[in-house]
Parts: sequence; C-alpha cells; structure tokens
Amino acid sequence: MEILVCIKQVPGTSEVEVDPETGVLKREGIDSKMNPYDLYGVETAIRIKEQTGARVTVASMGPPQASEILQEAFMMGADEAALFTDRKFAGADVLATSYTIAQGIKKVNIPDLIICGKQTTDGDTAQVGPELAEFLSIPHVANVTKIIEVTDKAITVEMDMGHSVEIVEMLYPCLITVEKGINVPRLPSFKLKLATKNKKIPFYSLSDFEDKNEKNYGLNGSPTRVLRIFSPEANSDRETWTGSGEELTGKLVKKLKELKFA
Amino acid sequence: MARIIINQSLVSKPEELVRLCPFNAIEWDNEYLQINAACKMCKLCVKKGPAGVFTCEEEKVEEIDKSLWKGVCVYVDHVDGDIHPVTFELIGKAKEMAAKINHPVNVIFAGSNIEAKAAEILHYGVDEVFVYDAPELKHFRIEPYTAVMEDFINTTKPSTILFGGTNVGRSLAPRVAARFRTGLTADCTILDMDESTDLAQIRPAFGGNIMAHIYTPNNRPQFATVRYKIFDAPERNQEQSGKITLCKLDADKLNSRISVKDVKKKETVQTIEDAEVIVVAGGAIKSKEGLEMCKGIAEKLGGMLAVTRPLVEAGLADARLQIGLSGRTVKPRLIICAGVAGYIQFVAGMDKSDTIIAINTDPDAQIFNVAHYGIVGDVNEILPKLAEELGA
Repeated sequence: MEILVCIKQVPGTSEVEVDPETGVLKREGIDSKMNPYDLYGVETAIRIKEQTGARVTVASMGPPQASEILQEAFMMGADEAALFTDRKFAGADVLATSYTIAQGIKKVNIPDLIICGKQTTDGDTAQVGPELAEFLSIPHVANVTKIIEVTDKAITVEMDMGHSVEIVEMLYPCLITVEKGINVPRLPSFKLKLATKNKKIPFYSLSDFEDKNEKNYGLNGSPTRVLRIFSPEANSDRETWTGSGEELTGKLVKKLKELKFA
Repeated sequence: MARIIINQSLVSKPEELVRLCPFNAIEWDNEYLQINAACKMCKLCVKKGPAGVFTCEEEKVEEIDKSLWKGVCVYVDHVDGDIHPVTFELIGKAKEMAAKINHPVNVIFAGSNIEAKAAEILHYGVDEVFVYDAPELKHFRIEPYTAVMEDFINTTKPSTILFGGTNVGRSLAPRVAARFRTGLTADCTILDMDESTDLAQIRPAFGGNIMAHIYTPNNRPQFATVRYKIFDAPERNQEQSGKITLCKLDADKLNSRISVKDVKKKETVQTIEDAEVIVVAGGAIKSKEGLEMCKGIAEKLGGMLAVTRPLVEAGLADARLQIGLSGRTVKPRLIICAGVAGYIQFVAGMDKSDTIIAINTDPDAQIFNVAHYGIVGDVNEILPKLAEELGA
C-alpha cells in the first residue's frame, strides 16, 4: 500500500501584525515549522504503516527551505519525500496550489491513500484537500476523526458531521483530511534523524510536470486576487462602561443582543 | 506570467529592501536582489519599496462576459434533511446582494425525500428552489453532491454561490470550485456585491489580526463559505413566494465509491474548549448560588460555565472547568468574565477569545487590559439582573 501525506511549512507564529504607522506587515520573530495540523496526518500514515507495512511518502509545495519539514517527517517515520518548488508557483491561491500539488503527485505516483491535515494555520481555509482530490478525480472524506479499518481495497473511517458522526467506507484511490485530535503525534526520533540525515529529497519544478503551461500556476493560475490587506477596525480599543447596576445591565443585554448571543 | 521585476540599477540599500518582505522572499546574494519561491505576490515590496525598484508585471488575460452569469445562490446546508440555520442567514445576505445587481436568488437543495422541506424555504423570499431528490443523495457523499452542483451550475449559470462554513460546506465548496476552476474564499466575515457583480469577500488573514479583501475578477461562478452566526436570517414570511423546480441527474452521476455504514448521534459531553460562549466565575463569586447563576446565564446564551483557579481550590467547581495556564485554554466567540481579577496565568488561557466582556468593581483590574468591553460594576448586583433579563 502506498500512502502520501501532504504537509506545509508555515510561520512559527500565527501572530502577524500590521504596523499601524506604515501599513507594512511586521516580520519580527517569524520562523517556520510544520503546520501543526499536518502532524496528525503524518502520524495517521505512520500508524497505518506500522499496521500494514505501507510505504509513506510526504510531499510539500513551497520554497527550497520547506525541505526542513520533510526531514522532520522522516524523523517521524516517513519513507520518501518530494518537494514541489518553483518561483513560478509564487502567489498561488487555493486553486493554483491544489492544481500544482495534483500535478506533482501525478509525477511522483498516485498512491492508494492521500492524507491531508484539517487545514493550515496560516491560510486556515481547509480547502486544499478537497480541491486536490477533485484534480486527481478521486473521492474524499473530510473531517476524519478515527481510522476504523484499513484493508487492501478500502479504508473505513469515522467522519464528523457536526451533530452526528458517520462511519464510511471509501475505495482506493482516495483522500482523507484528518481532524486534530485523531491521535497524538509522536515526537521526531533521534535514531531516525541519524538514519535519514543523508536521505535525498527530490525537488520537482514546473518543467517536470505534465502540464507545463505557466498560466495554470502561481498568481496566473489563481482566480482570486487580494484587493487589499488592512487592520481590522480597532475593536481592541476597550470600551469602558460605568454607571448604576441597572444601567450597566441594560447596556450589557443590549450588547449581547447586538452580538446575537441573546 | 505575473511576477515582480527588480530594477537592479536602482537598488541602493539591499539589506533594507530584503526586510520589506514579510515572507523572506527577497534575497540578496551580494550582487543581485532576487525574488524566491516564497513570494506570495502580495506586492508589499511594490507598494512600500522605493519608487521603481520593484514593479509588478501582469499579463493581460481575455476578459469573460460577466453578464452571462446571473443569480446569487445559496447551497442548502443539511444533514439528512435537517437544514442548518446558517442556510437562512446566507439567504438573507444573498437577497441583500442580489437586489443591488438585480439578480434572482436561487437555492440548491440536494437530498432524499426533501420536497416538504424545500417548500419551507419558499417562506424566506427566494426566487427559485432547485431540488435534486434521489435516494442516493440521502447521505452527503462527495461525488454525487458535486455532480448536483455541476448540473445546477451548467443549467443556470449562476454568478455567486454561498455555502455554509460547516463540515459539509467546507468539503463540498472546494470540490466544486476546483471542478469549475474558479475562486473560493473560506469563512468570509463580510460580503458585499460590487456593481460589476464581483463579490467582495472579506476575511481575516494570517491568523486573524489582518483583514484581506479578496475578489474573483475574471471567473464565474464565484464561491464563498460563511460560518454560522455571521449574518442575520430574514424573517419567515407567512406566505410562500417563488417556485420549486425539480431536477434530475443521470443515474451514473449518482454513483459513489463511498458507502455510509452507520450514522451515530454524537454524545454530548461538551468541554469548555468546545463552547462558543463562556461565562467565567471569578474570585468575586463566592457561593454555590453565585456559580449556579453564572451557569444559568451561560446556558441561556448557549454556552458553558468556567471558573478561575481560586474557585477550584475552594472546592466550589470541578478542575475541568478551570481556565488558565494550569487549566484549559479557550477561544470562544464570547467570554464574559464575572468578577475575575485577570492575572496573567488566567489571561493566557483566554485572551484569544473573539469578544471579551469583563465585569469588575476595580477600574484598574488587570482583566480590563484584555477586555473589549469593560464594565466597572459589582457582579453581585449585575448578574442577578442579567439573569432576570435573559430569563435564566
């Protein structure tokens, strides 16, 4: 069985601020790490590997330094890795990103099972998994909270539907996105770090892909545009209310209604 | 190919220019300034850099005829026929936006045995309900549901489709967007309609303290998902209006490689981490009765009671309800801190909450530093009145 896990390198902090004076994004203290939600995806794959002997490949799209997180996945037990990297991928929105990853996966090999994290901490869209499945013409199940059974033909999972959970069986090849909390991701192993430190990570660029048309990648391949970025209205400026208990309660009830909680 | 062009002859202080980019995409190799693959095309370097150093080159593309795409549409979000209330909120927004550009408001409803439910939607002022009713659509399975959307889009050529930011909507919308190679913006908090029929999609970006206005200039349909309780649902009209159109899919489009084996209602063991609304009882609440009152208010607001450490130590509350570094971390949409001092160990467990209301008699209490609304008053006076007002 072949499993591929999609992972992403994200800023180490989600607290990016706009300088109120200049309007420029403040960049202090931005380091990088593996998207925390992806750890659950890698762990899910490694657990299936331990159970079935599956081979686990991790793949990412990003700048060359994103190979750091692929190394990290090796230390968790991944067998192979691939990085899709090209300046021409810059400025990609969800559609162009999903398309790029789909092209990359087609190049590497379409596995039996693709696992994605629930979402990333920098984009927070939760859309790349489903779009990727569409571009590969395979079914997907999102919000997976438990792996129930893995056979050589299908995977049975528990899917969170809000007020209920559904137990669904899906035939390979297919894609799942896993919820945070599906398992407890293991820490990188020092032994594996030593064993994999010289492992080569193949890089794939646009020229390696089946579709080499630049119009389908990066900003050109992105139907959405960011018109502007701005700071939210400064509601962090605190409102202070004083008055009698009666007045204060009245104001509070009014505010709760305005915020649609009452 | 859209890209950032650097005019090397104008580069004077490369180290400073490198710092313009929040994504570390500008590199200086001691000879040339270069843009690497980390570039997000945010164009901040063009806007903030010295004039002429960074320019953006974008190739002109053929423009689509947007007048061929009509309709502001809503996907009816449901699980097994239970319509999620976000659907009506989206209908309200769709009506408001459709009126600006004189488009119809259409809704898509796919499921099994849903005709009666579809009639209910006619009480909310939509123009047309497109119903796809088939036994294969009883459960949400991605291939047939995507096929429904594909058929609907090919038939009606809608301009905009809104989906609830639910587990169903967030799974279906991207799939359909990819099929039509068009744009989708997740979890918008503000939506507006431009005269050009471009949907103004505004959402928090980069972790939430920056807003981005996103639009889809040259693709249709345009998609957005919106979470529950962002917009207002319209009043239900006594009279029905609009019509129901029954649609059919070819049998092969209803096939799926997914089979649903079992459906289980969720156990309702709610933890404070899951609560959307939290009322925190702090040190000023000294009695069981006070705690019960906070709990009643929390429940009336659809939320849960939580406490600070002193109440746990005093044996008044279970440790599972404690917020703070030594307790749980929460990020609800609303948190009311009643008589909470606001020491750092507590604040660290809740300062990411969307709206923070604090009540404390001491105008200098630390909790006011993180509060959006600071109420200087006595909880023992305000809470009983609040409970009464809310009917708790």
